[in-house]
Amino acid sequence: MPEITETGERAPALAVAGLNVDFGRGRSRKRVIDEVSFEIAPGEAVGVIGETGSGKSTIARSVLGLVRPAAGSSVRVAGREVTGLSARELRAHRRTGLVQYVFQDPQRSLDQDLTVGHSVAEPLLLQGVLGRAEIRDAVRREFEEVQLDPALAGRFPAELSGGQRQRVAIARALITKPRLLILDEPVSALDSANRVKILELLARLRSSQVALLFISHDLGSVAGVTERTLVLYRGQLVESGATAQIVNAPEHPYTRLLVGSAPTLSAGSIDRVRRNELRDELHPAG
Amino acid sequence: MTSTSTGPLGDVVLELNEVTIHDDLADNELVHGVSFTLRRGGVVGIVGESGSGKSLTCRAVLGLLPQHIEVSGGTIELLGHNAAALTPKQWTGLRGTSISAVFQDPASYLNPSIRVGKQVQEVLRVKKGQSRAEARRGTLELFEAVHLRDPEAVYRQYPHELSGGMLQRVLIASAIALEPDVLIADEATTALDVTVQAEILDLLASLRARTGLALIVVSHDLAVVAQLCDEVLVMKDGAVLEQGATRDILYAPQHEYSRLLIAEHEQYGLERYLDSPAALPELREEELDYA
Repeated sequence: MPEITETGERAPALAVAGLNVDFGRGRSRKRVIDEVSFEIAPGEAVGVIGETGSGKSTIARSVLGLVRPAAGSSVRVAGREVTGLSARELRAHRRTGLVQYVFQDPQRSLDQDLTVGHSVAEPLLLQGVLGRAEIRDAVRREFEEVQLDPALAGRFPAELSGGQRQRVAIARALITKPRLLILDEPVSALDSANRVKILELLARLRSSQVALLFISHDLGSVAGVTERTLVLYRGQLVESGATAQIVNAPEHPYTRLLVGSAPTLSAGSIDRVRRNELRDELHPAG
Repeated sequence: MTSTSTGPLGDVVLELNEVTIHDDLADNELVHGVSFTLRRGGVVGIVGESGSGKSLTCRAVLGLLPQHIEVSGGTIELLGHNAAALTPKQWTGLRGTSISAVFQDPASYLNPSIRVGKQVQEVLRVKKGQSRAEARRGTLELFEAVHLRDPEAVYRQYPHELSGGMLQRVLIASAIALEPDVLIADEATTALDVTVQAEILDLLASLRARTGLALIVVSHDLAVVAQLCDEVLVMKDGAVLEQGATRDILYAPQHEYSRLLIAEHEQYGLERYLDSPAALPELREEELDYA
């Protein structure tokens, strides 16, 4: 086996192979992720689309080492295998900041008792490599990168708007220069104006070296930012391809329903009657 | 718009004329003049972000404004009644029978410890005076009407056993139980998966076509509103920035904020990939069989 030495710039940002995840034990055991495999190249932006319960967040949690995949699964972040790591190794792995994440609700993912400047600095403070002045400079740079006024650094999360808080969460994720950034429904809780701004920011990140794994139930919100899309349905990858192809020529009935359900300004690609047919195809009468 | 217009749409069921809403405690006007006319079988959409006044407008129409917030100007006419002159008792009589509403978080409107069938059945018994057996039959019919699979099973289930989409169907069943003329859907699909959102929007469209139910659809997403509505109001900070036929707002938005709402979809939505919007969904005449 080519061992973990290929952590260089050329290793995929993420390589998932034969990922299986089971919840529960004994008779109530249920497979929630079933033989999922995919790769994300350095700097590539990939969307994972699926409905509630499809397992999309479980994939993210597997990458972060927050759930334990079944034996034989492989998850490599920048060439490094993360399944089977001990708790201590996982903590060390997270501290490297190679993989970072942003969740839907920045209100909950930011510590309410820390100023947002402190929150953004925290990953670097934990690493303990840089000195105070360097960290302060890095925080300022990240605030500028996400178009937040550095003067807000002294505020607490509750004093910021939802859009500003999400920028803080992204700044905090970017400060360790991750190879992979996982975004789990990052714009779902925001209103239109803020959603556009966050999507613009994410689109801009594509020119940098960070790869994006963009998870959402809404194809519409990831379509503008991703090059490639994976469709997850009941724990299985049912379709994957260039985002434009998924949108224009979806094949699996679920993908067709998904595209046909996304609210668009135009009539959309299919109508109500067709949607009903697809629903029947997916859930045979019963 | 002349009152003699003969279209597929019926009589006026709701008319707002320059309605302003005022917070007496903070001495602050929250909504600065909203006007629209809703006809039987018609759909009016209100788009805006949180704090735009869209939900306050709906609450005023339902006679459910919070204490110390009141309609300070203009008129609301619901089925010929001047809303300002209605007593609380008259309001109670009208809610459900003439106007009703569904909101964003269906679970919070149901009692978690009572089976959902019983909660809907109660509406029929209390408001229509039906017997237990009648109300049970009526509830099952309503569950069927909102396309719940296996109504008998749903009837016996508790709210936590149902998905968000199923709960919203139960709430819609309850809202239409007394055959109201107007249904307000205030962010009713916001918390749902897109596929489920489309199911609920399809359901509202078919109820409208089948029964002539008039709808007010409120959303932060212009596309949701565009799917269903003939007329759209774009609100921000309590003011109507732009109002008109959905088609006009989509293709010739006058206000910068409307353009931003459209740009969101054009730049980051599926519009980027789909062919240019050639035609808006025409109201299919054959669907309007209630006329």
